[in-house]
Amino acid sequence: MPRSSLLELEDVEARYGQMRALHGVSLEVGEGELVAVLGPNGAGKTTTLRAVSGTVRRSGKIAFAGKSIARRSPEAVARLGIAHVPEGRGTLSELTVAENLRLGAYTRRDRAAVREDTGRVLAHFPWLGERSDQRAGTLSGGEQQMLALARALMLRPRLVLLDEPSLGLAPKVVAEIFRIVRELNERDGLTVLVVEQNANLALDSSSRAYVLEAGRVALEGTSAELRRNESVRRSYLGY
Amino acid sequence: MLFAFDWTQLAQQTVIGLSSGGTWALLALAIVLIYRSTGVINFAQGEMAMFSVFIAWSLVHHGLTYWAAFFLTIAISIAGAIAVERVVIRPVEQAPVLTVVIVTLGLLFVVDGAARWFWSPETRTLPNAFSTSPITIAGVAFSWQDLGNIAVSLGLVVLLWGLFRFTKLGLALRAAAVNPDESRLLGIRVSWMLALGWGLAAGLGAVSGMLTAPALASFDQNLMQPVLLYAFAGAVLGGIESPLGAVAGSLLLGVFVNLVGTYVGWIGTDLRLPVALAVILGVLLVRPAGLFGKVSARRV
Repeated sequence: MPRSSLLELEDVEARYGQMRALHGVSLEVGEGELVAVLGPNGAGKTTTLRAVSGTVRRSGKIAFAGKSIARRSPEAVARLGIAHVPEGRGTLSELTVAENLRLGAYTRRDRAAVREDTGRVLAHFPWLGERSDQRAGTLSGGEQQMLALARALMLRPRLVLLDEPSLGLAPKVVAEIFRIVRELNERDGLTVLVVEQNANLALDSSSRAYVLEAGRVALEGTSAELRRNESVRRSYLGY
Repeated sequence: MLFAFDWTQLAQQTVIGLSSGGTWALLALAIVLIYRSTGVINFAQGEMAMFSVFIAWSLVHHGLTYWAAFFLTIAISIAGAIAVERVVIRPVEQAPVLTVVIVTLGLLFVVDGAARWFWSPETRTLPNAFSTSPITIAGVAFSWQDLGNIAVSLGLVVLLWGLFRFTKLGLALRAAAVNPDESRLLGIRVSWMLALGWGLAAGLGAVSGMLTAPALASFDQNLMQPVLLYAFAGAVLGGIESPLGAVAGSLLLGVFVNLVGTYVGWIGTDLRLPVALAVILGVLLVRPAGLFGKVSARRV
């Protein structure tokens, strides 16, 4: 079970126009945890993250660090320290790598600490320093994903929402990204809620996981438990 | 028959062309700013600039110097346009582009009507911003007015470029224009950035108008209508998506229109506007993206 809970969803519903995408999702992320959300296409994984960041119409109880955020705009949610790395990476395509990183810290006023964080982030992604003047839109998919992650870190986030970081990327790149995410979680205590199709990878990296099906939580448990679960094995791990 | 080409005249007419081109460039930049962030041509941009000129006229009329009125008018125009955006444009922010275009058309008539209601229809003058005496450079006489217009226009362009390139606010404005959804996730208040864009555009338009008016013998509420057409032609020529293109396009157009008017007798001063319209048509037919624009594939 989670330590002190940082993010709490209770009975959250979300809809796109008339279409309901979440039918009452409840989940919890503890401070310092790396939690994964698995499930087939259309299960509501992405929508769950969007409900948290406020980029979809939602109802139900969403609490972050004890405060309700169910009615806050995406801008306001970001200002609380939640960095959402959306599907498709969300790079600011016209801006350079350096400008992307700078805007990652847009809401912060502590200039000295931002400079310090720039150094720390570049230590995780050394190649970003060499490409700092390159337009983000011209980077490869893997590079953009790493830039998006690096930019999220510039917020000095209390929680990172990571949506399908593996989407459309080569296995080697995906492994590298997950290695960095794990490192950030274990070494710096970064709290991460990651949505991932690749269940193997997600269960390897996370301590706990939720399986979503048709807009509901179908299963939850520690990642080790879920690994042993018959239906998870058959449906998602493929053996 | 051989004759000596009058280089002096060419130099003078080129500078005059750059001078009017510079004032068009500011309005063109205003149009491009709004277009880039919303995909909409603000048809009211010219009338808003006209309104600014009348504010400046009133301030001067109440005893302010030209330059005091100049800066005060910029501030009023920025604040006013932000207010207009919040009240008129914000409600249709999520609406289809055509809806917003219609709203800016409506705004055009409202602003125009308001200016005719507040200020009587007689013609007015604005004092010269610069000395009216000529200055001689390398044996050629230029007017301070033209050189001043060029300096103010280009200075403002550089200032704006610096804002967008180096300040966090400028980066946020650019990000909000191109990737609004992603920007929101970074905590950027995209809707306010659009309002601020309106403010900046109105400030540019105000300067464009306040440089245009003193050059005229007199002006009335119609003064910005040709300027808007020239600015639009300049923006299209440079590429409607490109701020640099809008500036370069307007300057080129200013020189071109003025030289054609000078050297092609039957065009003179009367047919300059049709020349600008011909440029719009030609560019849209031959190179729709303009000189500096990228042919863009849009996801739909």
